[in-house]
Amino acid sequence: MIEIDEVTKSYGGRPVVDRLSLSVGGGAFCVLLGSSGCGKSTTLRMINRLIPIDSGVIRVGGEDVTQIPAQVLRRRIGYAIQSIGLFPHWTVEDNIATVPRLLNWRQARVRDRVTELLELFRLDPAIYRSKFPHQLSGGEQQRVGVARALAADPELLLMDEPFAAVDPITRDALQAELARIHRATGKTIVFVTHDIEEALRLATVIAIMDSGRIGQLGTPLEILEQPANDFVREFVGRQGLGLKLLSVRKVSDRLRGGEPAEGEPISLDASLSEALSAMTARRADRLPVCDDEGRHLGIIALADLVR
Amino acid sequence: MRGRRLLTSPVLWVGLFFAALMLRMDALQPLLQPAFPGVEPVVYNRDSFLTLFLSQLGLVAAASLAASLVGVALAIFVTRPAGRDFRAMVNALATIGQTFPPAAVLAITVPMVGFGARPTIIALFLYGLLPIIENAVAGLEGVASGVREAAEGMGLSAWQRLRDVELPLAAPVILAGIRVSVTIAIGTATIGSTVGALTLGTPIFDGLVANKIPFVLEGAVLVALFAILTDMLFERLDQWFRPTAN
Repeated sequence: MIEIDEVTKSYGGRPVVDRLSLSVGGGAFCVLLGSSGCGKSTTLRMINRLIPIDSGVIRVGGEDVTQIPAQVLRRRIGYAIQSIGLFPHWTVEDNIATVPRLLNWRQARVRDRVTELLELFRLDPAIYRSKFPHQLSGGEQQRVGVARALAADPELLLMDEPFAAVDPITRDALQAELARIHRATGKTIVFVTHDIEEALRLATVIAIMDSGRIGQLGTPLEILEQPANDFVREFVGRQGLGLKLLSVRKVSDRLRGGEPAEGEPISLDASLSEALSAMTARRADRLPVCDDEGRHLGIIALADLVR
Repeated sequence: MRGRRLLTSPVLWVGLFFAALMLRMDALQPLLQPAFPGVEPVVYNRDSFLTLFLSQLGLVAAASLAASLVGVALAIFVTRPAGRDFRAMVNALATIGQTFPPAAVLAITVPMVGFGARPTIIALFLYGLLPIIENAVAGLEGVASGVREAAEGMGLSAWQRLRDVELPLAAPVILAGIRVSVTIAIGTATIGSTVGALTLGTPIFDGLVANKIPFVLEGAVLVALFAILTDMLFERLDQWFRPTAN
């Protein structure tokens, strides 16, 4: 979906992004992870040409982005940022409808799309459609911001620390929602964050960036289990490594079929850290496991977590 | 409810008071005559106050409209990437326009364009430019960077960003600048009477020259009410420009 090929961007002779190459497949959730100043935001903003590329090529869907008029390119790519950037003088509906209207969608189609997106984000269209941004909570604003980025059904979504400014509880809910929406829509997402927990939770692939280069590219599990170098090891953090490992593994990896168990079942998609948390809270050493339809599949036991 | 709000609105009452004084100043003659014995006539009657007011309204409207158009256009220009280098220059020019006393502008322009309305409009235009430019630049630059970035990132063209995002968001601040400029212009326009423009300043200057204090009072009270009323109308306009507040 996206190929970044030997891309460089310098400011005042100092490279911020240094001959970076990265390929993101269709449907991937790619997180660019790194501390501030590592070039992750710059990389993201070169994809939709908010920042011009010094050298190298970025291709989206096989097309060199510099060969597409910037506005056409941007209308094809969803974009959500930390400060949200909702237009304060427009209603929620007008905000979400921005790109569809730029693309001259028919009025009825725009309206249906807004309804659909508000429902996708569990915001009641009857209530939220005509509200203004200042009447929404931070979490609701961020939902509308992401809905707006998805409005014209782009294949690719760029997100620059979209949840950095909301409180931890809201962030948790938004992350869960984004993961759900990614699964449901199959969009390709490039997501910038400095928060390792957020990256582990959301990513299908993580690119850890350090001074304009990629330190390691891999799945969350690979990053945790086989850090490529000291920088990655340091960044991932030795403290709590075990808990992080539990957070990226799923109950489905350790399911023990057939056996019965008492109590509230846990979902197949839950992480092992959620399973551990449930066991600790209930003082149980085993939990029943069910699928999305609530069918009993087997159990997971405390010993399975450390297998 | 609407009618009630209209009745309790100060704009209505100030407006009625202003209109009544302007049209029927002569009704005050029994009051003024004993206060200023020996002044004859005690109410200015060379031109009707309505004529003076309409003439001043025309001068202020012409100058302020031109200053608003030019000021906002310059502010838009210097806040675009192409015009950024001119920012300091435009500001300096507008500051000179403001610090140059309108009386001096009249002295310079009268030999060039003659007596009457024209030098007055030029002086008011130059004098009113600075607050409009300053506010418009502040308003356009005050648009949150996140909003700007989102607009650009979603693919709005430069013109669409200006028309749909920056100008509407800057509108209250721009309007505040125009409000200051117009209010100043109403007061300043009176000096146009010294070069033959008809304004509510005419009775003031006539009164000063002929030592007829009631003329000065009548002109001054009407100019003050004119300015206050205009300011109140801008207040209304300002509320109308902020539809999102509540």
